[in-house]
Amino acid sequence: MAASILAVDDSASMRQMVSFTLKGAGYEVIEAADGVEALNIAKTRSVNLVITDVNMPNMDGITLIRELRNLPSYKFTPLLMLTTESGADKKQQGKAAGATGWIVKPFNPDQLLKTVAKVIG
Amino acid sequence: MSIDMAQFHQVFFEESFEGLDVMENGLLNMDPGEADPEEINSIFRAAHSIKGGSGTFGFHNISEFTHVMETLLDEMRDGRRPVTADAVNVLLASVDVLREMLTAAQEGVDPDEARIAEQRAELERVLSGSDEVEPTTPATEKAPEVPAAEVQPVGWRIVFRPHQHLLRTGNDPLRIIREIADLGELEVVCDISDLPPMSEFEPEDSYLSWELRLDAPVDKAQIDEIFEWVEDDCDFAVVPILPEGAETVQAAPAEGASTPVPEQKKPELKVAAPPVERRQNPDRRQNPDRRQGGDRRATGAAKKGAGGSSSIRVDTGKIDSLINMVGELVITQSMLGMLGEDFSMDKLGRLREGLAQLERHTRELQESVMQIRMLPISFTFSRFPRLVHDLSQKLGKKIELRMSGESTEVDKTVIEKIGDPLVHLVRNSVDHGIEPPEERVAAGKPETGVVHLSAEHRGGNIVIEIRDDGRGLARDKILQKGIERGLVRPEDNLSDKQIFELIFQPGFSTAEQVSDVSGRGVGMDVVRRNINELGGAIEIDSEQGKGSTITIRLPLTLAILDGQSICIGNETYIVPLVSIIESIQVRPHMVRHVAGKGETFRLRDEYLPIVRMHEIFGIPDARATRIEDGIVVVVEAGGRKCGLFVDDLLGQQQVVIKSLEANYGRVEGLSGATILGDGSVALILDIPGVMRLANELSGMPETVAMTA
Amino acid sequence: MSDEVHLSLLGQDHEDDAQGSQYLSFMLAGEQYAVSILRVQEIRGWEPATRVPNTPAYLKGVINLRGNIVPVYDLRLRFGMPVREYTKETVVIVVRVGEGEEQRSMGLVVDAVSDVLVVQDEQISQTPEFGAAVPTEHICGLASAGDDMVMLLDLESLAGGTAGGEENAA
Repeated sequence: MAASILAVDDSASMRQMVSFTLKGAGYEVIEAADGVEALNIAKTRSVNLVITDVNMPNMDGITLIRELRNLPSYKFTPLLMLTTESGADKKQQGKAAGATGWIVKPFNPDQLLKTVAKVIG
Repeated sequence: MSIDMAQFHQVFFEESFEGLDVMENGLLNMDPGEADPEEINSIFRAAHSIKGGSGTFGFHNISEFTHVMETLLDEMRDGRRPVTADAVNVLLASVDVLREMLTAAQEGVDPDEARIAEQRAELERVLSGSDEVEPTTPATEKAPEVPAAEVQPVGWRIVFRPHQHLLRTGNDPLRIIREIADLGELEVVCDISDLPPMSEFEPEDSYLSWELRLDAPVDKAQIDEIFEWVEDDCDFAVVPILPEGAETVQAAPAEGASTPVPEQKKPELKVAAPPVERRQNPDRRQNPDRRQGGDRRATGAAKKGAGGSSSIRVDTGKIDSLINMVGELVITQSMLGMLGEDFSMDKLGRLREGLAQLERHTRELQESVMQIRMLPISFTFSRFPRLVHDLSQKLGKKIELRMSGESTEVDKTVIEKIGDPLVHLVRNSVDHGIEPPEERVAAGKPETGVVHLSAEHRGGNIVIEIRDDGRGLARDKILQKGIERGLVRPEDNLSDKQIFELIFQPGFSTAEQVSDVSGRGVGMDVVRRNINELGGAIEIDSEQGKGSTITIRLPLTLAILDGQSICIGNETYIVPLVSIIESIQVRPHMVRHVAGKGETFRLRDEYLPIVRMHEIFGIPDARATRIEDGIVVVVEAGGRKCGLFVDDLLGQQQVVIKSLEANYGRVEGLSGATILGDGSVALILDIPGVMRLANELSGMPETVAMTA
Repeated sequence: MSDEVHLSLLGQDHEDDAQGSQYLSFMLAGEQYAVSILRVQEIRGWEPATRVPNTPAYLKGVINLRGNIVPVYDLRLRFGMPVREYTKETVVIVVRVGEGEEQRSMGLVVDAVSDVLVVQDEQISQTPEFGAAVPTEHICGLASAGDDMVMLLDLESLAGGTAGGEENAA
């Protein structure tokens, strides 16, 4: 069965790009537009990987990561965040919240796939 | 894997333009000095998204420009920089520039470089005016290289000792080791000495550590990169293996200075501690010069946009419900199909049931499809904060714009067509309605005037209101002018409402001087005509010294109308239900003939003109000619009422509006046509038009109605 | 006759007549007229139309043509010819006029459809300035078909002069 990935971003174009790239590589992709939506999805099913943007309305990525880590079924799930180079402290905050790692924006589809392979390849 | 990124451009542009609107509105709402952190945050987020997207999709000039804005917003968000009016204005102007850049990118043309540079300089100016101004150090100053390795190492020895919680970060030591193995030949020794006794063993903790020997002359950075995510979650050391075996014990510990090393099991690594270069990278945003002097190669690279196709973003919920309904329809259809295969009269009941179901599903489907055309009115409202902000600055007035009901959904066509009339009305309120501050204070009003723009569903209509607490309409001045223009007679006893109606007459303007704010192009008559064309009505209410309220009523959707069928002779017409107040049978004694004003009838406390439809429409074989033989349908439009005299009422039904103009042309008194159940065509009455026809026939001045 | 006559029955390949064009001819008050077949959308039997108030008498009303509201003009009335009761033969020729955005459909009530003619360009002569029952501005030429003369209708001028023309300004 294809590995499932939850892609969380409030930007529809980024979400589409991430989703399109991952689906093209054979992953199953579930999309969410913010942390709240993602958390609700996460509560109903488990996935193999979560990729989340940091700056989002309703619930940001850091909070999402913290909440996900508290869910029993997400204790060991790789949680990646999408950050920009200006977010050095964000990486630290994310790590503290339980993030596995990060992907630095802007990135291209190849970089994305490489990084994903690193955690669930 | 090659993916055509251009396919995401259209969506990127759409959401970026929306993001710009969010930024603009947020900035306009921002009170210098006491900005709401959540407000700044949402502006920041919008900028951040545009930056991220433009970087990803190859619009580097946009991403660079947005980066400067983002830096400024970030500092405001963190409270490191006060929110000043200057900063807000510069950001607002930057939003404009950004919009131009996006438009240029979308159209595949070159942006106005000079303007961008100028605005960017403005941003830099605000940025550099900060207390925590950074010395403009030139570019990224790399930390001194690790002084090691004058000789290129032939391999690396790596000690990797995960902290106990490593697994709970979602990282997996095995994956990390596998990744190192990808770099070259790897020898792995596992150290199990830390394993606790079984009784103390925590299955979720990590107790193992590894010593690795990588026989590959790779850069240390490649190894560091692998450990990048876990550098705070483990101890690791990377020691070069030198060709001559002259190993110096020199390695970089993974520990950042800030993270205390766990007490109990300090790794026994003989390591010195040169800095890890990555840490030393100064954060880029602290180097404005880098950006300014940075290469601008990307700016000319605006690619051809993803075409100008107009699209409509539809809530997925709407599509889901549509799919559900189509599913139901298919089920009903197959049920009916089966029924039809061997039909007999005893199945008549089920056939009827099925047909009723079909009808219901079809109707629901129709409603859902209509829903897709519905967009929140915020698409139109969103331009007003900026408009009011700019106008009030220009006019030296203090005005607060309040908006409510922005999420009210209206037909896409309404969104497209209502904009200009609303701009005109809001400008009027700002320009003529709200007084200058000193005048307001003198009148005992708060210095700041309020313009309230609201939208809501009321009955089957959308009601949009523009309410201000300004000086109100000058009733006497309007009346005076109406008399001068021969629109009314001095002896007419007019209600305030009827007088206010006069401003909708062509060429009627009360502004003593035409200001460049309200413009001269369109008048209230054009506003009214535009709204009538949307099947709506506009009304004005005002109290001198207190303010004015303009109410616009629009049908929920332009494609469907709730109609009352009426018949006159052999002809059937549809009256929009929204215009109908009531239908009554009028007795001869209620009728009064007024010289010069035609036939009227008394309805409670007012006399209303009777419009004999068969006369104004020239219908030859009307059954009812005596008032008591027919029905009077009392209708209202534009603040006026009248009774339409018809033969009879038929049913009420929803009708699909079809254009009469597409193949023929406009006909006074008709707003369109529809197709009835039997396939024949019925015409839809345009009530204001019918009133005009009746007035022409009776020679009454148009604006005069009777009051008892 | 059936409600719709499929033009494919009448049509022939255009290659047959390099310089010629096809015209649909019809009868009106004993005379033969024709319209370019490329303009013809369909031919229907007469069905009552919905009268539109306060419009000229020659507008018989509007009909539902597959969901579109299309005006139907009585050509006899339009040209001031004697009125005749509608019969089984009475047909409505639905034609398209204008291009692109401006394109409109309209129905023309005629006495009967007669034929499809191939008219060579050189067979078309100038409109005579006399005799015709139809105002000359609506005739764009005369063609001979065998022994008969056929008047070619200028649909654009006909459409311009009809419709809610004066109010129809876009």
